[in-house]
Amino acid sequence: MGSPLIRGNMFVIDQSRCIGCEACVQACEECGTHRGESLIHLEFVDRGATPQTAPMVCMHCEDPTCAQVCPADAIKQNEDGVVQSSLKPRCIGCSNCVLACPFGVPKYFALPDQMMKCDMCYDRTSVGLKPMCASVCPSQALWFGTPEEFADTRRGELMFEFRFGNQLVPTKVATVVNDRSDGPVDPLAEPPSRWQDDPFGLEEAFS
Amino acid sequence: MARIPVTDEQLIERYGPHLNQAPPGGWNAGLDFDKVVNTHCCFCGQQCGIRLKVKDNEVVGFEPWYDFPFNEGKLCPKGVKRYLQGSHPDRLLEPLERDPSAPGGFRTVTWDHALSRVVAEIQRIQAAYGNDAFAMLSGVSITNEKSYLVGKFARLALQTANLDYNGRLCMVSAGAANKKALGMDRASNSWSDIPLADVVFVAGANVAECAPITTSYIWRARDRGAKLIVADPRVTPLARTADVFLGLRPGTDSALMGTILHVLIANDWLDHDFINAHTLGFEEAAAEVRDYTPEWGSKVTGVPADRIVEAARLWGTSATGMLLHARGIEHHTKGVENVLSCINLGLATGKYGKPGCGVSTITGQGNGQGGREQGHKCDQLPGNRDITNPEHRAYVAQVWGCDESEIPGKGITAEEIVEAIHAGEIKGLLSICFNPLVSLPDTKFTAEALDKLEFYANIDFFLSETAQHADIVLPGSLQEEDEGTTTSAEGRTIKINAAIDPPGNARRDWEILLDIARGLGREKYFGFSSTREIFEEMKVASHGGTADYFGMTWDRIEDEMGIFWPCPEEGHPGTPRLYEGGVFAHPDGKARFHPVAYRPPAEVVDDEYPVWLTTGRVISQYLSGTQTRRIGPLVEQYPEPLCEMHPRMAESLGVVTGDIVRVTSRRGEMTLPARVVESIRPDTVFIPYHWPGRQAANQLTNRALDPVSKIPEYKVSAVRVVKAEGHVEIRDKRVTALEERRRGDG
Repeated sequence: MGSPLIRGNMFVIDQSRCIGCEACVQACEECGTHRGESLIHLEFVDRGATPQTAPMVCMHCEDPTCAQVCPADAIKQNEDGVVQSSLKPRCIGCSNCVLACPFGVPKYFALPDQMMKCDMCYDRTSVGLKPMCASVCPSQALWFGTPEEFADTRRGELMFEFRFGNQLVPTKVATVVNDRSDGPVDPLAEPPSRWQDDPFGLEEAFS
Repeated sequence: MARIPVTDEQLIERYGPHLNQAPPGGWNAGLDFDKVVNTHCCFCGQQCGIRLKVKDNEVVGFEPWYDFPFNEGKLCPKGVKRYLQGSHPDRLLEPLERDPSAPGGFRTVTWDHALSRVVAEIQRIQAAYGNDAFAMLSGVSITNEKSYLVGKFARLALQTANLDYNGRLCMVSAGAANKKALGMDRASNSWSDIPLADVVFVAGANVAECAPITTSYIWRARDRGAKLIVADPRVTPLARTADVFLGLRPGTDSALMGTILHVLIANDWLDHDFINAHTLGFEEAAAEVRDYTPEWGSKVTGVPADRIVEAARLWGTSATGMLLHARGIEHHTKGVENVLSCINLGLATGKYGKPGCGVSTITGQGNGQGGREQGHKCDQLPGNRDITNPEHRAYVAQVWGCDESEIPGKGITAEEIVEAIHAGEIKGLLSICFNPLVSLPDTKFTAEALDKLEFYANIDFFLSETAQHADIVLPGSLQEEDEGTTTSAEGRTIKINAAIDPPGNARRDWEILLDIARGLGREKYFGFSSTREIFEEMKVASHGGTADYFGMTWDRIEDEMGIFWPCPEEGHPGTPRLYEGGVFAHPDGKARFHPVAYRPPAEVVDDEYPVWLTTGRVISQYLSGTQTRRIGPLVEQYPEPLCEMHPRMAESLGVVTGDIVRVTSRRGEMTLPARVVESIRPDTVFIPYHWPGRQAANQLTNRALDPVSKIPEYKVSAVRVVKAEGHVEIRDKRVTALEERRRGDG
């Protein structure tokens, strides 16, 4: 099961709070280690149906699929469990990792012919600062702090496991769920139905 | 002669908007900086704290300011990229004079020449047509000190009554309603009350995109178990998560609020003790909504009746609650009435003057709150005083050292100034930080008016679309090039610190105004040698007014991370929460209910124009876009206006996402791509307004004004929508855009 990552702090994603503003995307490229290249992902789930957006940082898997599939052994975890960008001398630019990651996190860059990915702003977090994305996030869908702070200030429970079909993926980054006893996060599960199915009461008001 | 000197294409080629993509020297220029300056974002009324990194008199990046209490490091994308407005290829560095034979239509002139010309034209026009024939338009992206100076400059240097400002397009409906009902124009609470609320009611505010950091305050309330009600014709990114969503028809806000009041009364979800002790006029307000049953409300607003009842139940039965509203209910010919109908809900349930209780506008512009207090409104003197009140005039005259008779009377409002220009009554104009050609309704009319000016001088840092019509352009200062104070949406006065000096021959705005005043022979009233001196006079001028800054000092403002006015004497702690103990700002201490009868908007749909149009903002752009349309990463986020429409409408038109549609109103027409989304009412289209020319949503909007606040009705027009020729790909996935960019680079 996951544990706090760096200097007692953990990274938490609550996708339901995302407002799609892209502050994270804009701030990511301001980071000192990958200037001008944003490594976070932010997408509409289905803009036609809903304004829901989903930010995706690296979940920092305990046993990262990206590293497993790397033919050059170029993807390493550091002592804090942070999965790092490919080692430049080893990376052969094959994009196996880009295709294999269940979260779609690694990005291949033709210049400098290398995979780069979210390293949880290790230059910041290792010295006690928050990552750029979680620093700026206006809704705090992206959150960084201690487990005690989370328990004191936030609703929801923390889940450190995903399920993709038959693959169970333990992660260092936490996802907020309503009820942990429902088991690992299953991105393919049907979302619960709410008023969003008919936001304007069309059957009633426009019939 | 205020026509554009050369073609649009030639102006754009020379003056932009061009896109700044990366920090000075490029992304790989290194991370060195000489200093870090604690200051605030220039975009929007939240005024988030930010630390700007400076190297060689250029802003090269930012760092979150974690210690500033309002945002604790949080920023929206505009805040993250705000530093890219500096070191910009479009930056105006020299005074310009209209010259159709010069490249780009303007020739560079000396400051002496430019200022002499401005002074001579002011004097010529005023000698020929009278003082009031020369008008001034100001903006509230400027500091309190500059707002104060503009008010004094127009009255004592230009000696014109006709000064108004672009806050007229922003918060004036809320301001007028707050004054009528509560006796004072300020948000009722600091934002620290929002997390204490058991119910948060957001009415006509796209919080996620227009006040993004407020989202975190609302979630802090919800983390405690608070319920969220949102009223909006669109499912905005925050509305998506609401407990109760009221997807009302544009222009029916006061019907919705009136129905909620009806339900509160019918179920006795009222605070009778509060009503009796602290308010006047409840019976009249209640009588007005006697027939506003949920069934009636549902018919008028298009919202299912049970949802209205549920919203009323949540608001009426929760011990604490905050109602937050913004332009969505204020940009109407009924803007003041809409706000009054919200205030009625707060008063009826006793939700004022207690922790977690209040009804607040979310001020939009950077200094929208402070800028509306210092006296650059047509009817106002410093301290939010009334220019028609003899006592107020006498006090300010004494501070200014002039005779009371030297202060002109009440002038006309921003849109009315443009109408008076169009009618040939106003012949000359000086403007600062205002781009009416993009931001006022009925673009064609505004352009016609500008063309009729005999002389137009513009102070700005970029050549805005309006500045293209100028005879003289005076290069002023960006926010980070001068110091002063602003007052945020919360009523918190904060310190703006200069990070750099103005580049080239650009100058600080206040220095330009002082030079013009000197040219007009009025230097005796303008002996300021620093912005701090302007602040010191401003706070004396505000003393005794409702917006009293007298007890503030710049040092205290910085040390205490802001001070909430009123702060009437030295050592006063400031006033984060207004109306404590139910004591309101009217002389008798009581708040006023107002009867609000629903009436339709100025323009309603019919067979010829069967679709409602509503306009607004997107997250990555700020107001008329003079700054944000020049910042590459922000433009990339939402490059051009899209017409949002529901699949039902799209199907009836034979339109899919990306198809070009033609939208026509009684004022004009435009073509733009459709974005087909289920997040908007099927009878309504939405177009964001940040763009000029043929992309301007305001080509379509209605020049109808609220009778009290004189705010234009941006939120409701009647239009016709048809499919036009063409199709474009709409990028909903930023990651795709980035991949395309990289391929292009390769």
